[in-house]
Amino acid sequence: MSETITITAENIIEISPMYLFRWEEPQQAYVLLYPEGIVKVNETGAEILKLCDGINTVSEVITKLNDKYSTDVTESINKFLEVAHAKGWVRIKS
Amino acid sequence: MPKDGSELSLDGLGIPMWLTLELTYRCPLHCPWCSNPLDFDKFKNELSTEDWKRVLREGRTMGALQLGFTGGEPMLRDDIEELVAYSTELGYYSNLITSGVGLTPERLKTMKDGGLKQIQLSLQSSDRELTNKLVGADVYDQKLAVAYDIKKQGFPMVLNVPVCKQNIGLTRNILELAEDIGVEYIEFANIQYYNWALLNRSEFLPSREEIEAAEEVVKEYRDRLGKKMEIYFVIPDYFDDRPKACMNGWGAIHLTIGPDGAALPCQESRVIKGLEFPNVKDHSLDWIWNESPVFNEFRGDNWMKEPCKSCDEKETDHGGCRCQSFLLTGDASNTDPVCSKSPHHSVIESSLAEAASEHRVERPLVFRRKGAISTDFLETTE
Repeated sequence: MSETITITAENIIEISPMYLFRWEEPQQAYVLLYPEGIVKVNETGAEILKLCDGINTVSEVITKLNDKYSTDVTESINKFLEVAHAKGWVRIKS
Repeated sequence: MPKDGSELSLDGLGIPMWLTLELTYRCPLHCPWCSNPLDFDKFKNELSTEDWKRVLREGRTMGALQLGFTGGEPMLRDDIEELVAYSTELGYYSNLITSGVGLTPERLKTMKDGGLKQIQLSLQSSDRELTNKLVGADVYDQKLAVAYDIKKQGFPMVLNVPVCKQNIGLTRNILELAEDIGVEYIEFANIQYYNWALLNRSEFLPSREEIEAAEEVVKEYRDRLGKKMEIYFVIPDYFDDRPKACMNGWGAIHLTIGPDGAALPCQESRVIKGLEFPNVKDHSLDWIWNESPVFNEFRGDNWMKEPCKSCDEKETDHGGCRCQSFLLTGDASNTDPVCSKSPHHSVIESSLAEAASEHRVERPLVFRRKGAISTDFLETTE
């Protein structure tokens, strides 16, 4: 791959326009839909993606989820975003 | 159409997550690798708009997510825009699979407004003369114009290139063109040998060397373009030792509805003689998927014979492709002959040898046309 981009705390992340993220009642799961594919997202992943709304900065996402889970989840969020970005699910808005 | 290389992280949970609607078998092109039946002109009673809408509703209730509108050429239906909008209302991720013929900027705009998510456009080569010759129609310029129109409307787009001996040498030129159009995905799908393609197999099969050379070019482009353009390169299963996990298994996640309303486990399954496909005019999708004999015929692995039955890879490839087993061995429950463990594997080896032979006599391509192949006499000798 030609590009390696590091996501910083100030970045604002959003779901790539090609992807559709939503709850699926028959599957009882959050899914990401994209051309030719479906990805089932686990609960933590879904909580993160819900906050990738093009408004929250990464540090705001981290603060909100740390509060929600009353524990430090910074590392798993960073790791998830890194993977999600590499797979093209999310992009850096600014 | 869902591809062998598709990323699927859902096991299906017994849900037909992938719904393919073959809206019509009519098509302005005459591609000699067409996957439609040889007697496509016999299926004249296409489902009505209301029937298709009911199929969409029932599919969504069962949990279908990905939707493909295909054909024939789906743009020949004048209700495609209406069906797209309806599928959006229901919450599908909709894909239009088209030759591009009939896809005007106005119709593109209407479908964009109707929520169409993605378009797969077929392109046979980067050369006008060759393309027109291969599809039997003068459509290259139109296809190219449509490709740029699709991007202008902001659709994510897949360029589908059916790969054969005739165009594999143009891989670099096709990639250049795709980059210029600005497609997100390009799929080099080596032709799969059913129906019309099987008739022309000896003319289409590339050599191993040709495939390797094309793969080199693909690798070079992947390294250079990275995420900007995703390149799929699916080699013909004939060159593998193990069969493809066709459709992720029979009746596992894919449900296709033919123009006449026949429910099919895959787009090719009509080739298997002796199966009576349930019709959506007579049955609910739920019954068809869960209860009908056809959808249970090759589900799971109870139907398997040796060498599949005791094979530790049966969970991986599900015994390969039922249609290919039927076409090449005469029995759909046999192991896919692509597998080197199959007692029928020699039919694959001999077809490769035939295609590669320097003494091969070139045969004219059989183009998809009404009456080009008559199967009538076969029926009377049964």
